Amino acid sequence: MRSLVVEHLDVRYGGVHAVRDLSFEVGPGEIVGLIGANGAGKSSTLHAIMGVAPATGEVRLGGVSLRGRRPEDVARDGVALVPEGRRIFAELTVEENLRLGLAARRARGDVAAVLQSVYELFPIVEEFGRRQAGALSGGQQQQLAIARALVAEPDVLLLDEPSLGLAPTVVDIVFDALAAIRDRGLGVLLVEQRAQRTVAVSDRCHVLANGELRVTLGPENANDTETMVAAYFS
Amino acid sequence: MTMLAIWNIDWQTIADATALGGVYALMAVGIGLVFGVLRLVNFAYGQLVMAGAFSLALASQWGWPQWAGIGLCFAVVLALSMLMDRLVFRPLRGHSPAVMLVATFAVAFLLQSIALLWFGPLGKIATSLAYLNRPITISHVDIRKITIVAVVVAALCLVALALLLERTTVGLHMRASSMDFQTARMLGVRANRVIAMAVLVSGALAAVVAVMLTVQNPLVTPDFALRDTIIVLAGVVLGGMNRPIPATLGGFAIGFASGLLGGALPTNQSQYLPTFLFAAVILVLLVRPGGIFTRARLVERV
Repeated sequence: MRSLVVEHLDVRYGGVHAVRDLSFEVGPGEIVGLIGANGAGKSSTLHAIMGVAPATGEVRLGGVSLRGRRPEDVARDGVALVPEGRRIFAELTVEENLRLGLAARRARGDVAAVLQSVYELFPIVEEFGRRQAGALSGGQQQQLAIARALVAEPDVLLLDEPSLGLAPTVVDIVFDALAAIRDRGLGVLLVEQRAQRTVAVSDRCHVLANGELRVTLGPENANDTETMVAAYFS
Repeated sequence: MTMLAIWNIDWQTIADATALGGVYALMAVGIGLVFGVLRLVNFAYGQLVMAGAFSLALASQWGWPQWAGIGLCFAVVLALSMLMDRLVFRPLRGHSPAVMLVATFAVAFLLQSIALLWFGPLGKIATSLAYLNRPITISHVDIRKITIVAVVVAALCLVALALLLERTTVGLHMRASSMDFQTARMLGVRANRVIAMAVLVSGALAAVVAVMLTVQNPLVTPDFALRDTIIVLAGVVLGGMNRPIPATLGGFAIGFASGLLGGALPTNQSQYLPTFLFAAVILVLLVRPGGIFTRARLVERV
């Protein structure tokens, strides 16, 4: 597993400066959180890593630059994205959605074993394999979206607000899965609105405001509401 | 048949209309496949068919055997399709749909002008497959062989395409790309490969259509298939542009309708055929703007 390194990242959409001089690293077996208010630059950072946002600065995976690469090549290099709103292909079956995730898989060979390891995390995905993905509940779709990213066997998993709109019990499933994924040695970059939970589960959690990194929190700050609020509004 | 008889429609007309519907369905799929992945209406599609038809005419003028003529037709149409992708679609892909649309108009006029310069306004005659116009008699109804060939070939092409889309990995990638291209790419689906595949399959269908239309209409002129393309585009819009099956049904429906109308209208009024056809299209779209063969999209749950 390789580290994802972001250095001096800047993202501009026309006159809007969405991310300013952002640097951080996601190592193997780590969860790194990115939190902040709406418009703080969290999603823009993920899009820049995937090569779908206009960015300057450096993004490296295991020392190899990803800058200027096409999104499909970034995915094939080992960075998998679970996009905001899940972006499940509603008209395809659950199984077809999973097979799409295989598009970015570099290793040939034992697909069955990969699927099995993903089914262990998300049994629902195996159970509903033949259903139309659009017929799943929001929580099930979220599990499918993470499973679809994992079958590519990435080094780093990026998640854009995976808990958005989910019931509390489902949020538990998602956060438990993230911890299990970290334990498998993957690096996880977690963009979230649920600040407290994200700080608690992350090895490091960066708070963004106006596109800038304001403060970095550790799990010990999870119950330190004052520090978090101060960071949000700094 | 008494009511149909009043309209001057017999079994032969119905058979011809079915065949025309089949050919138009193939054109509709060809246009729909490229639209699916590129969100681009390729107005130069008819000119691909025209180029294929000229290839057949040239081959028959050179005295080539029919298989070689058909081979030349496929080679020319596929090569032109790939050139179009590489020289026009790919460089313009990031631009607005309007830019790409106008570019396909330019390609259409360019190809038509080249044909005009090369072959002149009177065109050429493709004769090598003309024997398929002879009729055979099935239970007292005379049906031209090409009618049967066209229906069978169209059905085979559609089945093959369905297998490609449903059963292969590249087919899955094509379907996903036509639903949400950016997400498909971020999952590792290669945009260039999917688009090239769609353009290639669409080109192969254009070549098949060229062969079918040339048999029925052996005089190949620079505006060959132009009217058919416009009618098919109306059919694709009528059926629903976004999905292959509605687009195919739309193509078939408008081909079948224009075949029936062509048989029903007295010969001296056949120039009004497009008027009736497009009036019908406008009426249908007023009632069902999304197309007649689309169903309400699945509502995504939160």
